[in-house]
Amino acid sequence: MNILWLQSAGCGGCTMSLLCAESPGVLDLLRDAGLSFLWHPALSEQTGAEVRALLAGIEDGSQTLDILCVEGSILTGPKGTGRFQMLSGTGRSMLDWVRSLAPLAEQVVAVGTCATYGGMTSAGGNPAGAVGLQYDGSYPGGALPADFRARSGMPVINVAGCPTHPDWVTETLLLIAGGEMSHDALDALGRPLFYAEHLVHHACPKNEFYEYKASAEKPGQLGCMMEHMGCVGTQAVGDCNIRGWNGGSCCTRAGYACINCTAPEFEEPHHPFTETPKFAGIPVGLPSDMPKAWFMALASLSKAATPKRLAENAVADRIEVPPTLRTGRK
Amino acid sequence: MTERSLLVGPFNRVEGDLEIRLEIKDGRVAQAYANSPMFRGFEIMMLGKSPMDALTITPRICGICSISQSSAASAALGSMAGLPPAPQGALAAAIMHGVENLCDHLTHFNLFFCADFARAAYAGRPWHDRAVTRFTAMEGSAVRACVEARAQILHIVGLLGGKWPHTLAIQPGGVTRAPTPRDRIRMTSTLAAFRRYLEGTLFGAPIEDFAGLTRAADLTGWTLGDAGLFMEIAEDLGLADMGHGSGRFLSFGAYPQPEGRAFAAGTWDNGTLGTVDTAEIREDLSHAWMLGEARHPTEGRTDPDEDMQAPAYSWCKAPRLAGRTVETGALARQVIDGHPAARDLAAGGANVRARVAGRLLEIARTQILLEGWVSALQTDAPFITDVALPDAGSGEGLVEAARGALGHWIKVEKGRIAGYQIVAPTTWNFSPRDAAGTPGPVEAALEGAPVGPGEETPLSVQHIVRSFDPCMVCTVH
Repeated sequence: MNILWLQSAGCGGCTMSLLCAESPGVLDLLRDAGLSFLWHPALSEQTGAEVRALLAGIEDGSQTLDILCVEGSILTGPKGTGRFQMLSGTGRSMLDWVRSLAPLAEQVVAVGTCATYGGMTSAGGNPAGAVGLQYDGSYPGGALPADFRARSGMPVINVAGCPTHPDWVTETLLLIAGGEMSHDALDALGRPLFYAEHLVHHACPKNEFYEYKASAEKPGQLGCMMEHMGCVGTQAVGDCNIRGWNGGSCCTRAGYACINCTAPEFEEPHHPFTETPKFAGIPVGLPSDMPKAWFMALASLSKAATPKRLAENAVADRIEVPPTLRTGRK
Repeated sequence: MTERSLLVGPFNRVEGDLEIRLEIKDGRVAQAYANSPMFRGFEIMMLGKSPMDALTITPRICGICSISQSSAASAALGSMAGLPPAPQGALAAAIMHGVENLCDHLTHFNLFFCADFARAAYAGRPWHDRAVTRFTAMEGSAVRACVEARAQILHIVGLLGGKWPHTLAIQPGGVTRAPTPRDRIRMTSTLAAFRRYLEGTLFGAPIEDFAGLTRAADLTGWTLGDAGLFMEIAEDLGLADMGHGSGRFLSFGAYPQPEGRAFAAGTWDNGTLGTVDTAEIREDLSHAWMLGEARHPTEGRTDPDEDMQAPAYSWCKAPRLAGRTVETGALARQVIDGHPAARDLAAGGANVRARVAGRLLEIARTQILLEGWVSALQTDAPFITDVALPDAGSGEGLVEAARGALGHWIKVEKGRIAGYQIVAPTTWNFSPRDAAGTPGPVEAALEGAPVGPGEETPLSVQHIVRSFDPCMVCTVH
């Protein structure tokens, strides 16, 4: 299958992340699955007139389009014209191009949280009128209408993440190539379940601190970051701690908060990103699927039961107290 | 006399969106106009937010210079607080930043720049078969080796920063994760593997041999590895005669450490070294779709002209240093830092070959720096200190991204961001004309470029534009 990749209003970081795919690298992964780029703005040889001819061929039907990948939000401003991003050399806005090309594609894939929901480009009052392909934040209907369907009958596949993990993108494309991408493979926000059915909390190395509410109080400390440092890994979908990034790490492993970058409207948490909002000293925001009364009861119980080892390590920048060794058997 | 106009776009293998308009007379570019056709408004988004949010938001300006943006934001906050980071934290941040810059240079050379030499238009040249084998887009053996090696060395950013791009590990006080002895040996091993890659493919010789060259002729006469293939092509195509620069360079100095910056800060004006005075920066808005007057970034505003009125033709502001254009990037850094071969190479001003050669020199030097930094990590030292931000104040964060000088200017009132201005490397290099009508650096460099009668997307123009390694998403932000 062929892929046309467009970079709309984003940072290009999802392509940069894609190039970090390993075992094998992205070029082999896609080739081995029978996937090839019609054009990619960072990778292809063709420039300028050659690209305009290609796009014209897709529009007039002489070139079939299997997969349209869009990276970056779609700008609707100023005044609804989309002219905050013109596809250079064409005299047409990216908004116009995406609306024209998406219905011609067998499948449409939104790559990254900008392309899915608007993402960081829509932060702070959204000066450029950024929307996602099929969502405006958490609301259905973006650059494309809520009832948009690609030629396959599928809605836009939302590979959310800021940036996307390289495997989230390659595995989505490989599932499409293998004919295994269906409605059932997506969650209610259009995200592939293979990574969206997990929480960032799963396999987080700070889980023992979490269990006892042994919390970090400052950047650089080892404890759980939920209580003070703004971490929402217990609510955020993603297999970051299971799969690992760039050789096996991820945000919480590097000592900073999960900011829920796979979710609509993560860019506006309504509090500083790395501070946990509190009401009467108690953190606002519960772990997913946790009844509030039980969480409060368990938290106060576990906090009272915190072992000395965890209490000390939580506020240290390195393990100060190792686990006690069992000696001998009785 | 024949005259025609060309609109070149979509201009790919540059980061982000770029459109070049050319006025052509007698087979040469008479005037060029660089348009950055995408506006997002990050400086507006920042207003009213907590200053610390800059660390989360600004890296997302750019997915290829993410750590540079992060470092500049962190430096601006630190300068407002008046406190330096923990020395070992600064070292860890430099390691991450150095890896990003190294990767950006390699990506540029293998994926963005050299792919053009594999074009059918160059068939028959003595080097073309080898260029096809090595540099063909997505297929060439050098391209594939680069992608693999790059993914491997980014494990260092994974270890220290969790992920790349868009880490939140770099803070005004240092970094959020203290590396262990085990981390240090892993990084040492990763760097050893990367050295093997560089010496086996790019330089074809020990890195020190390339970094230690002292004359331009030694550099341009290099015959080994892909660097040698590039030099051969550059000689044959006359790339040293394309894309002439003004001879004025700017560097804010790279990798701040307690003892100074690893690559020096400064200005260079055709042989004369000077000091950087950021008070002399003004962003001219005369040809940008921006409302308002030319101002220093501390007083700057970002107010887009929604009617996109002429004579403006770009969302990019036009920064000027003491009223003049300057070029920034790896060549500028190496010239200002005093590398003898770089200075020799840039004696007549920058050109396409010199810009690429400057990047190759810097790859070699950065690998050596990284090896030294990793061995200097003290895994029992603190990597972060407490930095409390004042409720009101201002700060300036100056760093060097792969593509050159990057500055963040923050103003805080009542604990909230009241002003945030960013001048990125490509804002300097790809600025539009100023009020005096003086073209920006790339616009000036394009004047005189040869254009064949049938060419719609002239190859000379592509080489010149890509020699700057523009990052358009940073440019307008």
